[in-house]
Amino acid sequence: MSNVINVKDMCLWYGEHQAIKNVNIEIPEKSITAFIGPSGCGKSTFLKTLNRMNDLIPGVKITGDIRYEGTDIFAKDIDVNNLRKEIGMVFQKPNPFPMSIYDNIAYGPRTHGITKKTELDEIVENSLKRAAIWDEVKDRLKKNALGLSGGQQQRLCIARALAVDPKVLLMDEPTSALDPISTSRIEELVLDLKETYTIVMVTHNMQQAVRVSDYTAFFLLGELVEFGRTEDIFSQPQDKRTEDYITGRFG
Amino acid sequence: MRNRFDEQLFELNKEIIEMGAMCEEAIASAARALTAGDTSLAGSVLSESGEIDRKEREIESRCMKLLLHQQPVAKDLRLISAALKMITDMERIGDQAEDIAEIVTFLCGRTIEGMEIIGEMADEAIGMVTSSVDAFVRKDTALAEKVILQDDVVDAYFVRVKSDIIYMITKDHSDGEFALDLLMIAKYLERIADHATNIAEWVIYSVTGTHEEVEK
Repeated sequence: MSNVINVKDMCLWYGEHQAIKNVNIEIPEKSITAFIGPSGCGKSTFLKTLNRMNDLIPGVKITGDIRYEGTDIFAKDIDVNNLRKEIGMVFQKPNPFPMSIYDNIAYGPRTHGITKKTELDEIVENSLKRAAIWDEVKDRLKKNALGLSGGQQQRLCIARALAVDPKVLLMDEPTSALDPISTSRIEELVLDLKETYTIVMVTHNMQQAVRVSDYTAFFLLGELVEFGRTEDIFSQPQDKRTEDYITGRFG
Repeated sequence: MRNRFDEQLFELNKEIIEMGAMCEEAIASAARALTAGDTSLAGSVLSESGEIDRKEREIESRCMKLLLHQQPVAKDLRLISAALKMITDMERIGDQAEDIAEIVTFLCGRTIEGMEIIGEMADEAIGMVTSSVDAFVRKDTALAEKVILQDDVVDAYFVRVKSDIIYMITKDHSDGEFALDLLMIAKYLERIADHATNIAEWVIYSVTGTHEEVEK
């Protein structure tokens, strides 16, 4: 299995404060990688760096090397919009646009120049199907997306991310605002999606990491303490800090 | 931060130690009854055998509760899963002590005179059970390794006992039933040593996360 994202010696500062310290990681394709660690450990910051979402924050300085399919994502000729088309993102709180379900999904493809209705119809249907929400919304595509339940909204946001045909999906605590049933639907969905996509997911729910992910990375105080197969991390972690965190001795 | 869970693990440890002590007691009493031809002592081993089974159930349900409530990982997960496996071996040790005691009651006071080697074999097997429980209590992998090696000693005893029994039968085949009883006892002791070996392997697994047998 090859790695889709390779990170070497990455550091990130918010002004004077160093939030990420020398992270090295290789993210295997078509698998689910979970980032775990206590609040403020840098995992979300690191996730957002992978599709350059941190560029928007003033005072951020990043050093090191991040490669997506071999290409330096900080190279001058990189089109950030294209990068984000390849590496999509789903946030903690479902954030549908205040428009119809159809337009939510068609939004991305339209900005990338697709205008033909039949083509858009197809993308909308496929994306909603892949996000396992088609059956629930197919009869009300013109209704406002804000009328959906929280769990449906999150699946809609996943469908929206899929609509531009990404390779990688970054998910920042995608189920933390959802009830257990919606959570398990999203988990099922994510497991199906890894057939096609590479998924990187920040989660505070340790059991979720165990249930869903193939690989787990444990972050602490901006450092990547341990990265390995989820099964190994949760049965025999190599670093005492990992052991102490996952067994609930701090954090 | 996780005082309650730590307390529950402490209780689990305590119960396993108790069950280990019960097994040691059962096998030691069965061995004493055997060497002394003491049928009443053998009877008491039989009457107490249910206790070990009950203890196994208790520990089992405690482990299930911990798995359900705490969803343990890492060292905690290894400890609890090792506990679940170990108590099965302990329960088997208890059963085999009971089997030996049962044979002693059939022997109607007859001792193992002339076959003292079975007593020695029993001492060795009891030593293994004691050490394996100690290894668990102290999380002592070196002691667990020693137990695993000691299994060869008991196996060698079994071979010697077997040839002694064959000699016994060739000398006097009118005593065939007694000879077979002794062979059964030796076999039970050999199995007890195997279970002690398993316990030692689980101790190593719960500490290191690797299982000897599979790794080799």
